[in-house]
Amino acid sequence: MAAERTLGGSIAGSVAATRRLWRTPGVGPLLVLVPFVALLALKPILPEAGIVWPRDIAVPFIDWINVVVDVFHKHEIFGVFTVKDVTRAIAFGIEWPLDIVHGLLAGGFRSIGIPAIPWVMIAGLAAVFGWWLKGWRLALLAGGCIVYFAVFGKWSLSMTTLSVVLVAAPIAAAVGLALGVVGAKSRPFERALWPLLNVMQSLPHFSYLIPVALFIGVSHRAGAIATILFAIPPMTRLTLLGLKGVSEEVREAGVMAGCTRWQMLFRVEIPAARDSLMLGVNQVIMQCLAMVVIASFVGAKGLGQDLLFRLQSLRLGQALENGVAVVLMAVMLDRLSRALSEKQPERRPDGPFWRVHPYLMVAALIIVVSIVLSLLTPYAQTLPKNATITTAPFWDMVVEFITFTLYDPLSVIRDGLLVHVLIPLRTGFQWMPWIAVASLAGAIGWRLAGPRLAATAAGFVCFIALTGFWERASITAYMVFFALILCLIFGLPLGIWASKTAGRTRFVQLLCDTFQTFPSFIYLIPVIMLFQVGDVAAITAIVIYAAIPIVRYTIFGLRGVPNETIEAAITAGCTPRQILWKVRMPLAFPEIMLGVNQTIMFGLFMVIIAAFIGTKDLGQEIFRALTFADAGKGLVIGLCVAFIGLTVDRLVVEWSEQRRRQLGLA
Amino acid sequence: MVGINVRRWTIALVAGAAIGLSGAVAGVAQAADSDDPIKIPIHNWSSQIVGAHVLGKILNGQGFETEFIPADSQVVYTSMCEGDIDVVHEVWQGAFGVAFEQVVGEGCVIDAATHDAKTREEWWYPSYVEEQCPGLPDWEALNACAEMFATAETAPKGRFLGGPVDWLKHDAERVEGLGMDFEVVNAGSAAAIWAELASAFERKAPIVHFNWTPNFIEAIYDGKFVEFPEYGEGCKDDPAWGPNPDMTYDCGNPKDGYLKIGVWKGMPDKWPTVYAIVSKMNLTNLDIAVMSKLVDIDGMEVEEAADKWLADNEAKWMSWVN
Repeated sequence: MAAERTLGGSIAGSVAATRRLWRTPGVGPLLVLVPFVALLALKPILPEAGIVWPRDIAVPFIDWINVVVDVFHKHEIFGVFTVKDVTRAIAFGIEWPLDIVHGLLAGGFRSIGIPAIPWVMIAGLAAVFGWWLKGWRLALLAGGCIVYFAVFGKWSLSMTTLSVVLVAAPIAAAVGLALGVVGAKSRPFERALWPLLNVMQSLPHFSYLIPVALFIGVSHRAGAIATILFAIPPMTRLTLLGLKGVSEEVREAGVMAGCTRWQMLFRVEIPAARDSLMLGVNQVIMQCLAMVVIASFVGAKGLGQDLLFRLQSLRLGQALENGVAVVLMAVMLDRLSRALSEKQPERRPDGPFWRVHPYLMVAALIIVVSIVLSLLTPYAQTLPKNATITTAPFWDMVVEFITFTLYDPLSVIRDGLLVHVLIPLRTGFQWMPWIAVASLAGAIGWRLAGPRLAATAAGFVCFIALTGFWERASITAYMVFFALILCLIFGLPLGIWASKTAGRTRFVQLLCDTFQTFPSFIYLIPVIMLFQVGDVAAITAIVIYAAIPIVRYTIFGLRGVPNETIEAAITAGCTPRQILWKVRMPLAFPEIMLGVNQTIMFGLFMVIIAAFIGTKDLGQEIFRALTFADAGKGLVIGLCVAFIGLTVDRLVVEWSEQRRRQLGLA
Repeated sequence: MVGINVRRWTIALVAGAAIGLSGAVAGVAQAADSDDPIKIPIHNWSSQIVGAHVLGKILNGQGFETEFIPADSQVVYTSMCEGDIDVVHEVWQGAFGVAFEQVVGEGCVIDAATHDAKTREEWWYPSYVEEQCPGLPDWEALNACAEMFATAETAPKGRFLGGPVDWLKHDAERVEGLGMDFEVVNAGSAAAIWAELASAFERKAPIVHFNWTPNFIEAIYDGKFVEFPEYGEGCKDDPAWGPNPDMTYDCGNPKDGYLKIGVWKGMPDKWPTVYAIVSKMNLTNLDIAVMSKLVDIDGMEVEEAADKWLADNEAKWMSWVN
């Protein structure tokens, strides 16, 4: 009895001591490393299954998923139809809006003999629309983008892509909004929604290809539906955030005005959450355009398919022009949708009809003139090939020149990096036992938020290990990790530089927007030309894309530091260097960490695409799953990639929020 | 001027109606064939795209509607199995043999025809490499200058740039079987190989990589295949076969890989006439090379190239139709 008590007492004592140690500043953070380091040290005596879980005893997640896929695919409900029939029938619903918009913009309606809208009319109307929304600058931008499509000979491709976006974006926004509203109203639904959104947003696109081919069927509409699926999550996310952020006072005002539930939603909450919702719409548009190339894998026609074809036949210049068309389309749609949401109702002048509706009159005039023009000359309908221009030869020359002159100097850097940094680092990552990594994730989670987060984080790592793809996953992790370091080295200074003045910020943000919407497939080819197939090329491609968020968030964080704080620092006699490193950086640090988080997410997206260069990681396995039409394998490996991202995401977001609270920023 | 163009519109209208009508008539005439469009995939290399348009135009000429659907060249076999794609006319043994034979085995795709074109896949080098490494195209000569192809990662061994791993080549086994001083680095896509070749060609740097024929690249870059010990029955399975008595794969690839046409299993019932045409379709190595040349070298758009090929080879495709 007494012995037990002393034993119990000593355990309690040591637990209390550990707890104290845990909370000691300076020591606590290091304590999370203890199990990790211990397990690393114990590696020689660890059982094989604790280091790399063997493939032959891997948990058969793949088979399970394939059974489900098979049942959905072949098993008939009530002996009448399969789930596949249902999904395909739903998918057919999108066929006619797609056909109509495509007919108007590009194809015409052959059955009733009506040609597509002439390009001069679309350009003119876009310009008038921009003019009405925000003045001549937007008119010039909108009209100019359309003219680019026509003049550079991308007319029918661009209009096909535009028609997909014009159909997909509203549907995605509506579905995303509806899900978000239901989520904001129902707690259980919201709980189910968040993990789903997280996985949907971090699962690599290529994991979906086989399921889409099975349940929707490769076709133009499948491309549109894949696009919609990817555009929904950001809308739902931002709807949830926006609606939950509506302040109680606003809501109470609604209640006092006697709003019904629907009035409350549509007249009070949604207008109050407008900023978030508009950001959501903007993200939907961006996401639709980001899908242009990948959607073409499952049948979407337009710029994406053509871009892949040009890349494959090494016509980089033309691929680049396609990429520019995608960027311009994104810029145009983004600016127009923004202006539309900011448009305030104006008082109409009195007088005759043409004075009340001047824009309508101009639009009508444009319609008439362009119809007449297109009757007079085919040049107004679609520019024939000999009337279009191209800058492709110039770009091809630039690429050739750069490859020729830079290859040799860069090869020195490449070889040094490879031999002295990358190969040792890769070996190191592959050397780490999975239980050590799981314990590290668990320990960090525990320290940040207790057992639940610990279980989640460690659980993700365990899943990856138990699938039997640990070795592949460690290569993916190594590439993203090193890319992250390079992103910090290049991105942080750029962000700091850009945050100094509003002009620089605008410029760098424009650069970020461009690089983000530019189809990332294009980077792959020049990167190989410069660095050969290998890890350096892959990592470079990742860095180009993944550095965007770190730059963005650094700017955002630094510019978000309250002016009073900076003034106080100036009054206290801080030098500019001190203000940056002692005041602004620490305050901006939580934001920067969110940027790091996003950089990892972007990196994971790009590392899969880098499999086209030639890697030995999870991405390569996804491609192999495509060859064998193995839906389960594609999804399971996709989940491995998603869980790498989510482990980091959970931990970083939690840390960042705590830190913001401590700094009094939240 | 205006009058003429109004007339053009009228003609377009009448022609549109006429096409609709003739389509209906054709539908009656070939009562057995469905009116649904025949779905032909578009991949991302030129000969395939031109060939798809050639096939499409031939079928249009017979009163059938066609639809071109962009599709990944691996995913397409799943889709053909589902009936979302009706005909794939360039099934390469090397790159897609595995996926194709799998769906044929499942019974949802029919192996409809084999082109006369013979495909060969082998190690390949651009011709300037011959000056740097005398004795080529013999494989032993190549092995003697292996170090020339070395990179930091593979040194002192030479670097061989192989095709994507999912093409399931046996280059590493061959390197071992023949005792070569090479290491295989796998590219992730065909485009990756071309990018590296383009870069090496620019600098006249030594390179040896996986390549195949017929292929658009031979129209742009001059080069040769490496000659390995001739392939023979037993090389893959019987270690005793070939120069190395203890190992398999001590030989080159077969020089006559197939190029096939696959169709969805429902095609013979749904469109018997189309099935008959497709099974007679037959392209030679020259046809494939010309189709890619028209686009890749002459800079034609794919439709123009298809028209040109059809005009130049009327006798050939007429024989498929009748």
